[in-house]
Parts: sequence; structure tokens; C-alpha cells
Amino acid sequence: MLELHGLSKHFGGVRAVDDLSLTVNQGEIFGLIGPNGSGKSTTVNLVCGVFPTTSGAVLFEGQDITDAPSHRVVAAGITRTFQNIRLFGDLTVWQNLWVAQNSAEERSRGWFGRWLGGGQSGRGDADELLKFAGLEHRSGELARNLAFGEQRRLEMARALAARPKLLLLDEPAAGMNAEEVSQLADRIRALRRYGMTILLVEHVMELVMGVTDRIAVLNFGQKIAEGAPAEIREDPAVRTAYLGTADA
Amino acid sequence: MDFYFGMAQLIGVHTLLGLSAYVVLLTGQVSMAQAGFFAIGAYLAGMLTVLAGWHIIPAMLLAAVASALVATVVGFPALRVKGLMLVVATLAFGEAVRIFWFNFDYQIAKGNIQVGPLGGEGFKQIRYFPENGWSTADVALFIWAWVIAAMVALWWMDRSRVGSVLRAVGEDELAAQSVGINLTAVKVSAMGIGGFIAGLGGAIYAHYTTHIEHLNFGVVLATFAIAYPILGGLSSVIGVLIAVIFIQGFLVEVLRFMGDWRNLLFGALIVLAMNVRPDGLFDARAMRTLRRLFGTRDA
Repeated sequence: MLELHGLSKHFGGVRAVDDLSLTVNQGEIFGLIGPNGSGKSTTVNLVCGVFPTTSGAVLFEGQDITDAPSHRVVAAGITRTFQNIRLFGDLTVWQNLWVAQNSAEERSRGWFGRWLGGGQSGRGDADELLKFAGLEHRSGELARNLAFGEQRRLEMARALAARPKLLLLDEPAAGMNAEEVSQLADRIRALRRYGMTILLVEHVMELVMGVTDRIAVLNFGQKIAEGAPAEIREDPAVRTAYLGTADA
Repeated sequence: MDFYFGMAQLIGVHTLLGLSAYVVLLTGQVSMAQAGFFAIGAYLAGMLTVLAGWHIIPAMLLAAVASALVATVVGFPALRVKGLMLVVATLAFGEAVRIFWFNFDYQIAKGNIQVGPLGGEGFKQIRYFPENGWSTADVALFIWAWVIAAMVALWWMDRSRVGSVLRAVGEDELAAQSVGINLTAVKVSAMGIGGFIAGLGGAIYAHYTTHIEHLNFGVVLATFAIAYPILGGLSSVIGVLIAVIFIQGFLVEVLRFMGDWRNLLFGALIVLAMNVRPDGLFDARAMRTLRRLFGTRDA
């Protein structure tokens, strides 16, 4: 579904992502792990068109989306969350979902209803997502007033508001306690049941090992291993590069 | 009585100017170009009624559309710069417009006098209102009809999805594009809408003062334009109106007895207001209190 072909991003002399190739299949949960600074977030940013690639190509459902502007990537069916939460703090919880309703289906609606319609126009979808994120009671609250865990959940709901086919989660468990991580794992599994494909970039090993089908390991921008969670756990190169040094 | 009508005219026109800056500021762009769009609207509308003999309303609308088009064109390069750089770039544009009118001559004979813009001398005898027998009260009502129409339109826009999208862009561009918002389209459209409203304001201004010159459209006017939404806050269009009344009605007029010293006080009060109420006189909390008082529900 998502194919990266020899993707590279160099910042001056730093090869943040170096000749990375991988394929995420339809309906799978694919984990992307690696030590700090190994190029995981850069990969997400390249796919989403945040900055231009140095070389290589990104294909989504066979369509070339290399260096496409972010809103085109969303229209193609890929949305993301951020490692450091980036909500619209001065908008209410449900307005955060409202502005994100940019799916192809939404775009085909009449211009008037889509842009100048009042608060009722996007309410149905938003309410459903709020229920999924356990935020239905916070709908009218300003996003900046939410607790940390709630903000993470809202950001995930916002990424779903554009009805993506592929969801990129950039360290969604960062800063969460064990209970929150297990709830997050349940949500990710629920999304897969709805047919969502997920690329999970993560540090928290219990989450990655628990929910993913396949994992790729990055180190210094290069892929050093790929396989099922059990294989990755036993891989000697991975152990030296990552598991051996990080407290998993 | 005429004094109060004159005051109402001035406040109305400046409210339009402030609203034009408000729309652009919602997307996080501090534009000092609004006085330039205002000038384009003023000169074009004046030329259409005086030189071409048009009715005031089509003249205003065409002038506003021209301002909107220029604003849209300015909007594209403005996308590439942010913050202070954008302030400098838009300021430079505004000054360029002023210098253009400083150098622009186009006069024709009407009866035994020459009419039309004449460079540094300005554009005199924009006498549509007196020639057609409009009283000061008529003009004030006419202006306020436009102001109310603009405020209602923007109020509606604010509560629609457009309002939330503009604010999302203003708050975090990276997040906004990541949820599928087309930044270019949104920021350029905001510039265009702002240009249209500023053009309307300028068109009215030219006709009620009857005499415009390039000096009317300098940095001072550009500063007023952006001061209104900053002081009034971005919660609602009402904030802009209140800021205009506060500055033009209270600071400029009520303190007139102080002579030129009032300018000093004016500066000091702005600094004070921005320190005491950094999100504007009417920030989100104040608006919510107001809504509660008037018993309307939150959106």
C-alpha cells in the first residue's frame, strides 16, 4: 500500500534517512523503531510532504506522492499524528475535528455546505470520533484545557477525521502511563478491525511488540532489520543497535 | 449634530479597515498592507464616480474587487515570509501604493475645472454625495449599512467552518496542512477577502471626505488598521468595532483638548492595554462572559 523506494533525506552532511526502502501492506500494523535520531520521524515527515526528499520515491496505492504538498497527501488517504502534540489549542475539541474533515468524500460536497455551513454540518462524524477517543463529554472544551492523555486521544481522532486509509502514528505512547498504553493498544487494534492500515513509529517496546505485524528497525537513517516482532527481538544487530542500549 | 455624524462616518470607515486586517490576522499574518488596499479602493472609486460618472454602489464594488485582486496577488509572495519579515514586506507594498498615487496624474476637464487625481496635490472634488443632495445623516446611514453588512458577513463566516479553518492556520501551520488544509488557498483567500473589505472602506472614505491625497494612506493608517484587531482581540468582529470606538472616538476625539500631547497618551494607552490584556480588550474569556450575560449558547 505504501512503498518507499530508496528514500533519502540529507540535512547538510547528516544523512537523516539514507536509502530507505520498505513496503507497508494493506491492513497491517507496521512498526518503525530505532534509537533516538535514527530517522523515524524524518521518514514520517517525508511521506507527509513536510519537507522535500533528497532522493527516492514514495508510492501510495501505486500513485507517486513524492514531495506532494501535505494537503494532497491527506487527500490521497494518509494522515498523521505528531510526536509533540500539535492541537489547535484555541479551538474547541470538536472544532479540531471539524477543520480536519478533508476526506475526498467531504471535498465532493457542495462548496456552500462544506465551508459556510454552521456547526451542525460536521457534527455526526465528529461525535462518532469523540466517542471512539472517549472525549464525548469534552466536546465544547478548548483543546488547550485538556489533560495530556486526552490531548493525545484528540490528536488521534483528528487524524481519523479525514477518513484516511493509512494512519501514521509518531510516538503516540510518549509520556503515557502503563494503563494509557494498554488503552492505546486496544484503540490501535480496533482501528485495524475497521480496515485501517497503520504505520507506528514508537519507542515504547511493549506497545510495538504487542500490536504490530511486522517491524522495521532504523539506525543512522538506514534499515538494519525487518521482520515479525519475535524475529526482531532475537536479531543480534538490533540488540546491539537498540534493544541493548535502550531500557525497553 | 453634524459632529456626531462625522464621528460615526469616521468610525464606520475605520471599522471596515480594521475588519480587513482582522480576517488576515486570523490566519496569523500581520499585514501592514491594508492601508494600501484602502488607498486603491479610494482612488479607483473616486475616479469611477467623478471621471466616469458612475453610480456610487457599482463604483464601490468594482473598486473593492480591484483591491481584492491586488491583495490576492500580494498574498502569494507573502506566503513565503512570516512574522517580522511579513510586516516589512507588506509595509513596503503599502508604501509603494502610496508612492504610486503620489506620482499618478489623470485629469479631465469637467465644465471649466480640471478634475481627477493630480499627484502630490491629491484628488479633489470627489463630490458625489453633495452633488446628489445627500445629507451628512444620509451618508452616515449609508456607511453604517455597509459596516453592518460586513460585520454580519464576517460574524457568520467566523461561526462557519471557514472561521475555524482560518484560526487553525493562524495557530499552527504545520498541523493545519497535516489535517489536509491547503495553506496557500486559505492564506491567499484571507488576503483577498481583506483586500475587498479594505477597498470598500477606502471607496467610502474618498466620497465622504471629498478630497484624498497620498499622505492619508501612510504608515499611520496601516498601523491603525492592524491595531484594531490586535487591541480588539480575535474572538469576534465586535472586538474590532469596540477598538475603533475606543481609539477614534475616545482617544483621538475626547482627548483633543490635549492637543498634540494626546498622541503621547495614545501610545502609552496602547502599551498599557496590551500589557493588561495581551489577547486584546475582548479575549475569549470576556466574550464568553458576554455571551452568558446575553444568554446565547456557545457555538
